[in-house]
Order: sequence, then structure tokens, then C-alpha cells
Amino acid sequence: MHFSRRLGVLAIAFTLIAGYFIGAPRVALGDAPGVTSTQILLGGTHPFSGPAAAYGTISQGINAYFAYVNDNGGVNGRKIVYKDVDDGYNPAQTVQLVKQLAEQDQVFAFFNTLGTAPNVAIQPYLNQNKIPQLFISTGATQFGLEGTKYPYTLLFNPDYQSEAQIFGKDLIAHNKNAKVAIIYQNDDFGQDYVTGFQRAIAGKGPTVVKTASYEVTDADVGSQMQALKASGADTLLIAATPKFAVQSMVIKAKLGWNPVTYLTDVSAAQFLMQAATKAGGAGATNGIVTAEYVLDPTNAGMAGAPGMKLYRQILSKYGGKADPNNAFVLYGMAAAYTMVDALKHAGKNPTRDSLMNAALHLNEKNPFFIDGVTLSTSPTDRFPIRQEQLGKYMNGLFVPYGFVIDARK
Amino acid sequence: MNLQTRRLVPVIAAVVLFSVLPFMLPSFLTFQFAFAGAYACAILGLTVLTGSNGQISLGQGAFMAAGGYTLAILAHSAGWPPELAIPIAGVVAFVLGGVVGLIALRLTGAYLALATFALAVSVSPLIKRFGWITGGAQGVTLPFSRDSRMLYAETWGIAALLLLVTWFILRGRIGRSLRAIRDNEIAAASFGINPVPYKTFAFALSAAYAGIAGALVATATAYVSPDTFGLQLSLTLIIGVVIGGLDSLWGAVIGGLVVEFLPLAAQSINVAATSLVYGIALILVMILMPGGIAGALRTLSRR
Amino acid sequence: MISELAEQVVSGLATGAIIASMALALVLIYRSMNIINFAQGEMAMFSTFIAYTLIGRGIPIWIAFALTVLIAFGGGVAIERIVIRPIERASPLTLVIVSLGLLISINGLAGWIWGYQVHAFPSPFPQTTLRLGAVELSAQDLGVIVTCLGMLFVLWFFFGRTRLGLAMRAAAVYPTESRVLGIRVGWMLALGWGLAAVVGAISGVMIAPIVFLEPNMMQGLVVYAFAAAVLGGIDSPVGAVVGGLILGVALNLMGTYISFIGTDLRLPAAFLIIVLVLVIRPSGFFGKQSVTRV
Repeated sequence: MHFSRRLGVLAIAFTLIAGYFIGAPRVALGDAPGVTSTQILLGGTHPFSGPAAAYGTISQGINAYFAYVNDNGGVNGRKIVYKDVDDGYNPAQTVQLVKQLAEQDQVFAFFNTLGTAPNVAIQPYLNQNKIPQLFISTGATQFGLEGTKYPYTLLFNPDYQSEAQIFGKDLIAHNKNAKVAIIYQNDDFGQDYVTGFQRAIAGKGPTVVKTASYEVTDADVGSQMQALKASGADTLLIAATPKFAVQSMVIKAKLGWNPVTYLTDVSAAQFLMQAATKAGGAGATNGIVTAEYVLDPTNAGMAGAPGMKLYRQILSKYGGKADPNNAFVLYGMAAAYTMVDALKHAGKNPTRDSLMNAALHLNEKNPFFIDGVTLSTSPTDRFPIRQEQLGKYMNGLFVPYGFVIDARK
Repeated sequence: MNLQTRRLVPVIAAVVLFSVLPFMLPSFLTFQFAFAGAYACAILGLTVLTGSNGQISLGQGAFMAAGGYTLAILAHSAGWPPELAIPIAGVVAFVLGGVVGLIALRLTGAYLALATFALAVSVSPLIKRFGWITGGAQGVTLPFSRDSRMLYAETWGIAALLLLVTWFILRGRIGRSLRAIRDNEIAAASFGINPVPYKTFAFALSAAYAGIAGALVATATAYVSPDTFGLQLSLTLIIGVVIGGLDSLWGAVIGGLVVEFLPLAAQSINVAATSLVYGIALILVMILMPGGIAGALRTLSRR
Repeated sequence: MISELAEQVVSGLATGAIIASMALALVLIYRSMNIINFAQGEMAMFSTFIAYTLIGRGIPIWIAFALTVLIAFGGGVAIERIVIRPIERASPLTLVIVSLGLLISINGLAGWIWGYQVHAFPSPFPQTTLRLGAVELSAQDLGVIVTCLGMLFVLWFFFGRTRLGLAMRAAAVYPTESRVLGIRVGWMLALGWGLAAVVGAISGVMIAPIVFLEPNMMQGLVVYAFAAAVLGGIDSPVGAVVGGLILGVALNLMGTYISFIGTDLRLPAAFLIIVLVLVIRPSGFFGKQSVTRV
């Protein structure tokens, strides 16, 4: 009696489970899935949990901008819906989520998937299935060089090597005999930077005399900075993420070391510079050179820019919990602008191929960029942003210094 | 119908269900189930090590990394197909597990947990340091792809095989000795059971399972990087074995399914929800339901 | 050369002091009930977020810190009474798992409430630099070292010279006998957790200006704190502090002068230290050698 009852329970459970899963939709992949007469469905992955979760706030900027566009007619009459899920920066998770978004949700394209490792992991699948992988959130140079192998993948961020090259060019112009020390994060970002910088100065005069790396799990970079100072370098390149960059600047001042310093724009937001000045004195930050492409919401000198006003307007209406002073939010909005630009150019009845075509023929003036920086792509140039404006930190603010440098030239 | 056959029924039902599933499910779900199978293998290792033998290892992710990278290097540099590389990954992890197991003999309880925690955290820097072998922070892309059904078949097929092997091992003298050592090592020793070979073997075997699991994850993702096998993973595996049920083979299967599907389900509520749910579930299960889900089912089925 | 060495040592001491404070909290809990509290770092982080919220509401810094310490104490006591009490006498496995559960929940809760954005945190110490001979020392570093030693002294005094402290020690080692003497053992254990939470809160507030406040800020340090506690002896507060300082200096020197290790293998080095100490001298350098009765 007990036995057949248990069998019955099992059978029912089996049927229920089976029914639930069978019912899950599954439609073949066509050339304009995700596009209906009223909406376009985009997919994305960002880390909302785990060690990289700070980058998850990018999504807030993206969603605010899409909401704004939707309220103003959408794209060719369609509203944009962005389904952005958490992959915890784990590529094993990213591949599963991307497959789910593509096959269950039937997204039209992927936008701003974040991270070098996650993007490398999903590249083969997306390209095999001809699904656009657009405006990815990483600066790894490799993504701009694989157009033949992976035609459906496109960067957004200026790649790390280009930015490092921009610094290199500036250094060559100012100090041909510079002895350079580099502190860098021990991952693809930092390593790309070192490669790019060395490439730019190779044979042109300056030399790299010492490099020191750190792990994201390190508490601080005191011993690295001391080792770099001891090398006798007169120039310092900081290829570090915010908290380590601030530490580098502060410790440099405390050691009484005053090299010409280049700082990656990832860590050049005003509130970080202020934190460094507070902890290390003016000597920590005065004279530091960075290269920027996107506006900085904490830089009072940029408050008057039309793009900044637009940004704050959009956030006040559509931003929700987003913190307007969070540079990631502004970055997200800038990227979203480019996505909408591409969608608009994809035509009244967009297909994945027409979207890719549009994305590879962009020539836009993005309101959220610094004046003079443009975004342009072509089938042979998959580095959308290769220009940055150098800025020098003087009396508490980054002031433009020199011209917009184009790493292409 | 006697007791033996009655206990077989759920097993047969499960085998039937799992065999039929990939033909009924859409490809992306089959893909996710494949990952669940890989995690089940790793959790099964903890069922042996922690459940049956009482050694707490928070470093299972490190052995998964060893297996995953072994497969990646063999596939990438020597062109080996994954099916051949998976056993090698298991062997490499087995050896590493044996070494760690020998060291672990001197550590008990919370100290072992602490040391293995530190091991799990050390994996990523080590992988990056030996970048010329491991591809460093860039990771290694694998030059093959397998479709979802094939992956499902491989992961659950191997899981079934490992379950069978474990069942054999645990029901015999080895199992009894492992459990005796868990319950009271000194008493067991005085009965003539030498803890050294048993405890080391348990470590090595659980590491081998983890290595195989890591190789399966690498195969399914077709890519490995230091981010794939972080501390998070080791903690997740412990969560899986506890919630699934510590000293239970069913627990490993349930654990694998929980660990794979719970985060996906929790995301729709709130992204931070996953951690909160996991943490609270862990505490509640240990206090109220130490046998995990499998234990609860077992108790229910006896009514 | 020498002044460079001296500077490395000094900055190592500063890092070490931070590690030492965390290790101190770990030791406190271990002494009171033989648990290694994996959630120690997260509790410290959570307390620091509370301080951050209070300061953000306009409360002056030192008052906010004082309030945070009180709240942390209450939180520690509450966690012990609610979560740990049911499993006080359970197996090591249960204790470890529950402690991990706390780690994960508290981290998740912080993420839920405050998000994962990185925040600058004001430092309680003035941002000036002092000079001792050829060596420059920042007031921040000095402040951290002094605070850590100060906490150690207060705890030493408390445990060694006050009745309450004595009662707590008795409750930890001889619970049954203590009950006979009228000591409320349960509340002594709760007090131990409360104190550990306070030490953690103070550590968090000292660390946050340097590593920036975010839910994952402690994860890099926790392993070093474990290593320090193990090195010094998991039941010795003095050992924890000495272990932390030595570890801080050793990691710095190793990273700079032994290029094989460099700066990227410091975590594996810490792991190695933990293993070596536990294998060779499990009680650490200052702990008591214990004998297990069968």
C-alpha cells in the first residue's frame, strides 16, 4: 500500500516537472527575433554580485537612458527592453545565461556584456549563431583585432593599449630620456596597459625600468610603491583600479617621491582625486595626467557641458536609485546612447545583419563624451573610440592639457 | 516487494527521468542541467570527504581548478579531445588531493577548514603567476564545442558512474571505516582502523571527483580563466552538500541541482538575494535539518 | 638602502596592525567558545557601513564611531544568542558551516541594503606625516598601530584584572563548574561575541579609509588575519597582535626582496604559513600547547 502510493507520488512529480520544463518556450533562431512591432529586446550580463559587483551600477545608467528614449518615441516607434542578468563575473555562468537569453528570451542582440573573461567565453557561441555582441564593456585590445574570426563582436571602451599609447606619445613628446616605473593590476587590464605602453615607447627613447603588480585581493600597494620608488624612475604609470590608484597616489606623496605621473582614466574620477588629495596632500595629485573620453559627473569643471545637464535631467526622472555621482552610471548612459544610435541606423525593420552593418558604420558625436572625442567604426576598424583628451590635475581639477590625441595616428 | 527492491524504485525512476529529460527540454535548459551534473560530481566528493569522513574542506574549488586547467592545457596545447582528458584531470587532482590529504592529517575540524579556505583563495594568484602554462589572466579558450545534449550525457553519465563507484566504496569496509573515523577517530584507531590511509584516500578521492567536475565545467564552458574557480565556487559546493544532505548520495544530486538552479531563480527576486538566501538556508539547515533535503525526504518517506 | 628597508618595515607594521586587529577579534571568539568565526570580516564591514550611514546623516565622526561600537556590540550579542546558542555544543562541522552561513548572509545583506558601489570613508586620524630620523611615518599608520596596541591593552586588563573578564575566561574553559559558581555561562559567551564585534568594528573603521568601503572590502584581509591568528596562537590575544605585525612586515619584505614571490604570491604565501604553523606547531608561538583527553 505504501509502495504504490509512493510510486504514484513519484509519477505525479515526474509529470509536473516534465510539464514545467516542456512548457518552456523554444523557438528557432531567426534573423530578427526579439523585434516585434512594439519593442526590441536586448540582453546583457553584468556582475551584480561577487567581487566585481561595483561594475553592476553601469546597468542603472543604461536603463535610465533607455527609459528616456522610450518615453520619447523609442527607436522607430519601438520601445527598448533590456534584460540584464547577473553572471557574478564567472564565465561559466555567463555562457549559461547568454544561451538562455538567446534561446528562451529570444533577445535581438547582446549589449554591453561586461568583462574580458566573460566576453571571451561567449564570443564563439554568439558569433556561430550570428547574434550581435555589441559595445562590450571591456577594454581588452584583442576584441578589436579579431574581426575576421568574430565579426559579430564589437568593443565600446577605448582599448587599454590605445590609452597607454596615448600616454606614451605624450611622454615621448615631453621627456625622451624618461625612466618609467609602472604599477599595474595583475589581470588582462593591467597587462594590456603595460604592453601598450611599452609598444608606444619602443625605440623612441623612454625606457621602463621597473614594473610592479598587485592583486585585487591585496589590502594595499605600499610595498609595490616603495619598490618602484627605489628603482630611481622619474615617471610613473598607474594602471590600477580606483582604490589601488588612490593608494598609489597617496603613498607616492608620503614617500616624498614626485615622478611625472600618468593615471588611467578608469581611476581618474574627481571624487577619487579628492580622496587622494585629502589623504596625501596636494603633492599626491598635483600634476597628474590622465586621458579621458567620457564626462566625469564629479568634475565641477564639466558641470556646464550640455551632456552633463542632459545626464542629470535623465537621471532625475528615470534614474531611480542611481547615484548621479557614480561615473559608472554615466558610462552606462554613454554606451546606451551608442546602442540607440546603432539601432536607429539599423532601419525601420531591423535584422541582426542590418544592426551589425549599422554598428560597423558609425560616426557619432556622443553627448556624454568630452568635446572633441568622437566614436567611429568601419568594417576594418573595430576600435570605436581611439581618441582621448589629456588632462592635467591642477589646483583641484583636471584641466584639458594639449589636444585630443588619437591613438590611430 | 522487499526492502531492497523498494529502495531501488526511486533510483530507477530518477534514472528514467534523467535519461528522458534532454529530449524534452529546450537546449539552453539541457545546457544548465549539464552544469548541474558537473557540480553534482564535485559535491559527491564532499559527500565522501565531509559527509562520510568528517573532514571539512573549503578548498574543493582548488581541485576543480586543477582538473579544469589540466583539461584546458591538454586540449589547447596538445589537441586532446575532452573525453580523453577528463580521466587525466581526475588523476592529476587525485595526486594533488593525496598530497593535501597527507598534510591534512595534522589538521582537524576548524583548522582544516581554515587551511583549505586559504587554499581556495590562493588558487587565482597561482594560476596567474604561472601564466606561461595557464594562460594567466586571459584564460584559455578550448578549440572544440559540444552540443548541449552531448554535454548533458557526459556530465550525468559520469556523475552516474561516480555515484555507482561511491556507493560500492561506501557500503563496504572502506565506508564503515571512514564513518568510524568520522565519529570517533581515536576509538576507531583503537579498533585497529588506521586513520592515515583512509583519511588520505578520502581526500584524494574527493579531489579526483572535483578534478573531473572541473574538467566537465571547462568542457561545457569551452573556456577557463582564474575567475571560473574562485573562492565563491568552493563555498557554493559546501552549501550544496549541506543543503542536499551530507552523508547521502541523493544529497549530491540534489545539491548539484540546487547549486545550479537556485541562483537563477533567486535573481528574479533581487540579485543580492542569492547570497542572503544561501546564507540563511545554510544556517537553518544546519540547525533544524542537519540531514539536508535528502535527510528530510528520508525521514518523510519513513512515515 | 637602510632607510628603504626601514620604510618597508614601517609600512609593514601598519598593514600588520590592521591584520592584527582582525586577528584579535578572531582570537576573542575562539577563546570564548572554540569557534573560528569566518564571518568576522563581514561583521566588521557591516559595522563600518553603519558608521558610514550615521556619518552620512550628519552625525559628527567620533559620535558616529561611538554609536557604531555600541550597535556592533549589540549585534554581536544578538548573533550569539540567536544563531550560535542553538548549536553551542555541536560538532566542529556544524560550527564551521553556520559561521560560513553568517559570512554569506551578512555579505548579501550589506549588498542588498547598500549596493556594491565603492565609497570613500573619512579617516579618524589626521592626515599628516611625522619624521623619525630618516624614516617618514604617517599619522594614519601610527594611529592604527597605537589603536591596535591600545585595544590589546584594554583586553588584557579586562580579562586579567577584572572580575567580569575572569568570569568570561572561566565560562569558556570550565562551563559546567562556572555554572555551579553562579556564572551565567550563556551570557558570558554572548559577551565574548559582543566584544569581538566591537574589535571588528574598530578595525573596519580604521581600514575603510585605505581600502575604501564596499561589501567585499574585507575579503582580501581575512586570510591574512587567519594566518596571523594561527601564527601567534589562536587562543592568545598577544600572539594575534604579534603575529599580525610580524606577518605584515614579512609579507612586505618577502614581496620586495624575494622576487620569486613578488607581490602576487602573497596570498599563497599566507596559505603556506597557515599550513606550516598548524602542522609544525599548532598552538602557534604564543598559544598554550593543549593535550586532548580521550
